[in-house]
Amino acid sequence: MTRIGLREFHPFEAAGRRFLYLVPSAAVFALDECSMAVLDQLASGPRPVDDVTDGLSARFARADVIEAIGELHRARALGATQGDAGPAPEPQPKIIPLSPVPLQTLVVNVTNQCNLSCTYCYEYGEDKIVDTENGKQPKFMSEATARDAVEFALRESRDNPRAHITFFGGETLMNFAVLKSTIGYARRRAAELGKDIDFSLTTNATLLRPDVIEFLADERVGVTISIDGPEEMQDKFRVFNNGTGSYAVAAPKIKALLARHRSRPIGARVTLTRQTLDVGRIYRHLTEELGFWEVGFAPVTTAPGRDYAITDGGFDHLLAQFRALAHEYLEASLQGRHHGFSNVRETLQELHHGHAKAYPCGAGLGLMGVSTDGDVALCHRFAGSADHKLGSVRDGVSWATQQAFLDTHHVFSKTDCTTCWARPICAGGCYHEAHTRYGSTTRPNLHYCEWIRGWTHTCLEIYGELAERNPEFLRQFDDEDVPEKVS
Amino acid sequence: MKHLTPVNRKAARVREVTKDVVALQQGGPPQQPEPPHIPHGCSLVFAPGWEADRNGGTAGLCQPVERDLFDCHMGCFWPAQVPDQLNHAPDWTAKCAAAQKDWRKIDLVFPSDEKKK
Repeated sequence: MTRIGLREFHPFEAAGRRFLYLVPSAAVFALDECSMAVLDQLASGPRPVDDVTDGLSARFARADVIEAIGELHRARALGATQGDAGPAPEPQPKIIPLSPVPLQTLVVNVTNQCNLSCTYCYEYGEDKIVDTENGKQPKFMSEATARDAVEFALRESRDNPRAHITFFGGETLMNFAVLKSTIGYARRRAAELGKDIDFSLTTNATLLRPDVIEFLADERVGVTISIDGPEEMQDKFRVFNNGTGSYAVAAPKIKALLARHRSRPIGARVTLTRQTLDVGRIYRHLTEELGFWEVGFAPVTTAPGRDYAITDGGFDHLLAQFRALAHEYLEASLQGRHHGFSNVRETLQELHHGHAKAYPCGAGLGLMGVSTDGDVALCHRFAGSADHKLGSVRDGVSWATQQAFLDTHHVFSKTDCTTCWARPICAGGCYHEAHTRYGSTTRPNLHYCEWIRGWTHTCLEIYGELAERNPEFLRQFDDEDVPEKVS
Repeated sequence: MKHLTPVNRKAARVREVTKDVVALQQGGPPQQPEPPHIPHGCSLVFAPGWEADRNGGTAGLCQPVERDLFDCHMGCFWPAQVPDQLNHAPDWTAKCAAAQKDWRKIDLVFPSDEKKK
């Protein structure tokens, strides 16, 4: 006899209501009493429809229960099955794009040199991929290569009306001269082609001179500052060559930048390590004392066993702190106030759209990284690596190479992910992290699964609260066209 | 949807795309496992022997070895190897009231036959 059983979803509660996060569609539905009762009836296993309606006959009219079952079925929260096992998973074809996808963001590494020597650096530290000291790449990108990169970005943006370039390093501002002339060139070329182009950069702030700040403000260049928090945290790892901390140099320059540069919101980007796991304090220092508009946090990327690596217990501690700060974000958002915890904002944005991701990020698809010699790689973190090369800004990228990459890195190829409810939003996590941790970009990042699920659950709860109590607030996430964050 | 409220944009799309599905429109529970979805008309599905032969060749398009002319005649928009019932062979299926029973009565049509008519 045909029975109905539960399909894949993740339930959560918010504002006194129950919700479903459907997997793999990433749709979020709120439940009423009747549909909740139906799901509860099926919690112990598949049952015939009549069983379910009979079981609920004291509370709900049969027609209502049938209707609720129909709606849950339409949303793929339940399905038909013959046996005691749940409904068979629906076939999900692995869809690889058939023709090249427009490039949204090109990350241009204008130099691979840095005036700091941060201990944990993925470009210079123990886990580096490319030999930036004695390797084949020039230490600074030439103006000609930068122009080729601009042409590449405009060409590869295809039909998109806009292109986005992020300047990166090394320390980006060590090649300010090329950056400056490239922006001028790119604006001219974009105007000729009738496209919009905008720019952003990431810097450690130590080279922000008054003329640089003027230029960034006038040209509306989005700025992200890498900073780890108050002086004692910043100076633990973010040090100059001689071991001196960089806080004393960076802080006054950051204040000067924030005072002058008002054309784009300026964010801080914090690398969390085992020794600097105090999210609340870092956040307060960066927003209240330095004046940042928003702060994003990312656990350090590292091979296991490094002194600064966050261990399992550390991730639990981190999640508790993220939750506390996320609830501050919720309180502020319910009152219509701004709160700068950007990790929540970015996750809410993704949940709001409900894109079910086949790939963890846009690397190799809508985002690519260019090394100082003009080679194009998956992203800036792989720039210069021969193993992760897709082409070059002069010769273009090979669509066949890109397709092969998309085929081997699809979430369906990651066996461990196939039973995880968080896969629509995670899809296995950062390629670079996987490469550093497991030696291969194809591997899912199993060391932070619990963390991802815990964090996604928290963000779902916040999303549900906002949807119930301040739905207007979520309108800001309607816009699709948000350039990917680069860190 | 009465019992489920779409919250995010994907949920709103799920509601939109599922509301026109006739089989689900009644809102009733699924009584049978869902059959595979097969669109009508041979040209919408890939079936070797129709759009392409088993080797991928396209030389003899719309000449199925089964000569299942009646199906081409009814459901296909492609100018297939079937009599043009609209202009030249209006009575071609006149003796075939029910295809399951009467399919033997459908005969070949030759150009000379068409001229006579």
